[in-house]
Amino acid sequence: MGKEFLEGNEAIARAAIKAGCDFFAGYPITPSSSILHYMLDWLPQNGGIGIQAEDEIASMGFCIGAAMAGRKALTATSGPGISLYSENIGLATIGETPMVIVNVQRQGPATGSATKGAEGDLQFTRWVTSGGMPVVALSPASVAEAYELTYRAFNYSEKYRTPVFLLTNKEIALTRQSVDLNEIELPPRVDRARVGYVDEYRPHYFEKLTDVPPISDFGGPNIARYTTSTHDKDAYLTASPPVIQEMIDHYKAKIDAAAEDISLYKEDFQEGADTLIISYGITSRSAKVAVQKARKNGKKVSALTLQTLFPVPEKAIRKALQNIKKVIVPEMNMGQYILEIERLACGQVEIVGVNKMDTTLISPDEILAKGGLS
Amino acid sequence: MTAPRFTSYMTDKVGPLPFCPGCGHHLITKALDKALVRLRKDPREIVIVTDIGCIGLSDRHFITNAFHGLHGRSITYGCGLKLARPELTVVVIQGDGGCGIGGTHLLNVARRNIGITLVVANNFNYGMTGGQHSVTTPTDGFTSTTPMGNIEGPMDLCATAAAAGASWVYRATAFDKDLDAVIARAIEQPGFAMVDIWELCTAYYSPRNQLKKNELFSLLEKCGFTLGQVVDKPRPEFSERYREIYEGAAQKRKELSVIEPEFPNALKTQTGIIIAGGAGQKIKSTATVFGQAAMLSGLEATQKDDYPITVMTGHSVAELIVSPERIDYTAIDVPDYLILLSEEGLAKMKARLEKLPAACVVLADEALKIPTTRARVLRLPFEKTSRKVDRLAIGTVALASLLKESGMFPLEALTTALLTFQKPAIAEKTIAAARAGFDLKV
Repeated sequence: MGKEFLEGNEAIARAAIKAGCDFFAGYPITPSSSILHYMLDWLPQNGGIGIQAEDEIASMGFCIGAAMAGRKALTATSGPGISLYSENIGLATIGETPMVIVNVQRQGPATGSATKGAEGDLQFTRWVTSGGMPVVALSPASVAEAYELTYRAFNYSEKYRTPVFLLTNKEIALTRQSVDLNEIELPPRVDRARVGYVDEYRPHYFEKLTDVPPISDFGGPNIARYTTSTHDKDAYLTASPPVIQEMIDHYKAKIDAAAEDISLYKEDFQEGADTLIISYGITSRSAKVAVQKARKNGKKVSALTLQTLFPVPEKAIRKALQNIKKVIVPEMNMGQYILEIERLACGQVEIVGVNKMDTTLISPDEILAKGGLS
Repeated sequence: MTAPRFTSYMTDKVGPLPFCPGCGHHLITKALDKALVRLRKDPREIVIVTDIGCIGLSDRHFITNAFHGLHGRSITYGCGLKLARPELTVVVIQGDGGCGIGGTHLLNVARRNIGITLVVANNFNYGMTGGQHSVTTPTDGFTSTTPMGNIEGPMDLCATAAAAGASWVYRATAFDKDLDAVIARAIEQPGFAMVDIWELCTAYYSPRNQLKKNELFSLLEKCGFTLGQVVDKPRPEFSERYREIYEGAAQKRKELSVIEPEFPNALKTQTGIIIAGGAGQKIKSTATVFGQAAMLSGLEATQKDDYPITVMTGHSVAELIVSPERIDYTAIDVPDYLILLSEEGLAKMKARLEKLPAACVVLADEALKIPTTRARVLRLPFEKTSRKVDRLAIGTVALASLLKESGMFPLEALTTALLTFQKPAIAEKTIAAARAGFDLKV
């Protein structure tokens, strides 16, 4: 097979089908709308159902209902849509619902620049729900990675019974790129662990806090329960403080324990370098060019590119920080992921943010100039 | 599944129903239970969906599947469950509060005719949060947020659902002797069905408004709302239609545009090309084919477009990067080639033109007045040439001319791409346009 000239949004829809996605609900919003178009077009012929909901709240509601009835559900929106998804993201978290949420980021806040790119929703994603539970968020840098990470997002969501975010960007979503999707190596497809017939199904049963409770789908062999309220392992409302704490500990422990498995990143370390660029998303491609330029000019510089943003790949970041005196963190926001780096660097390293939200990409030269590498 | 016969679908496993003495929710949940007994369904095939409000405490008292969601969103979960598994019997129980906050879901489920049943426990106020007024609080009604009486009018839920296209709508009171039969009938409706059940909130609305059983009936009269069937107009259920129209449709598969290199190229470095024109000049699709032609010549390519939200107006600008190597940075800070095809495109590029270095080549339509720039400007009859073949092929004329100027890959790669990726009738014209553009003297 050869290459195709593809946009990121189409790659996402293709990967979803490949991952076994058989339910989509979404509401139009630039720059994510073409995912809605592709899914509604392709799902019926692939054993699935696609529907345009009346708003973003219903998009999430449909997906949660369908996911709990056994479907692999996908929804796609942009930042303003995530604002409306928020309460249902909380529900999907407390209900341990596998599903994938694509956020094609655009410049914000509010309506912002609807057709322009940004990466301003990182910490919004991290703390998207009341109560502040851990989230899983992946961020592709290219059309090929949009394909790969969408597929992996479905696997993680099923494996860990959790909503997974794909944080992409108008700049990937709507930029065509020559790409060979068949070159991308994908892991085997993961489907949720399901419970066969049992005398008494316990919807959130775990022994160790880190266990992922297997699911009995609504309409499956057992009576299923699901609730937005604080509940016990049986999905019954509870007011018992130790039970409540145990459930909260479980939601956190489950994702914390998965951090290693979910950590996706790329290292490009140079022997003797004391400067490191940590980047993600579309900006990591500028960082890559910046690294090449700097090295050409005789500078020593290492790079760490994160594909997983949350849970923060702490081990990888700590390793990359070894022997480093200066870290450069370019971001298409006013400094969000840099907070995680600062937290992990504990004041031992000089940290320089390269930040811009004027809708244009951060250029390699801007990274070099502000990072003191030019 | 054959269900064993159940005498009740309720359980006291989680204790007795938590409702206040005299609350209508007792009557409604019991009527629903009797309705399920009548229907003799397997509890595993039934989902009771609730949301926030006192009535939302009822789902766990049933032996069926139970789904308890966020305030006013139960219809959306019910729809998701039903779409995913049309064989499920989905009963959504919602209060008048939920009907207010989730009003759009009520309108849309009625309009779509998704086969769920909505049972509304309508007691004219928010019992769970202290008796505030809701969308169904009658005019003059006293609540904690209408201390001098309600100056708003009540929403007629039945008329609202009917206007939105609901196929089956019924108004009842919790005191009706046949309430279980009515609910059972609603559940049997293949499409969306709603029962609006008027009842008493003995904690708040009843004492504040001296509303008892008899007054409930006079209230109906006062509001001008009648009891009984409001709508019975069966029409095909959503999932049925979906299966028929969408799943049944012939595969409308997008052709995969897979490209294997078959032409040489002479490109040494990453090259940025901006094509600036106007709406209706096919800038976007022409740039895509050019990118595919570059790929046919073994090059990498990226393309991004800029145009107004109102797509048939104003500028249309495509930024193409072609390169012998992988393209990382996808912005064009300084273009190597700038193609100007219309006044709108020129206006959009004004700021760039001022900053262009001498190494940049501008290929502009001869009719455009180009401001002073250090770049080398080639003024060519793109518009005039395209008009001889097809006005919409102006971009192809210009890009073919760029191929001549740059020699980055052969014209044949472009004509092959046009032939491969465009409809035959269009390709015939664009290939002619490409040849004419290539023949222009640059």
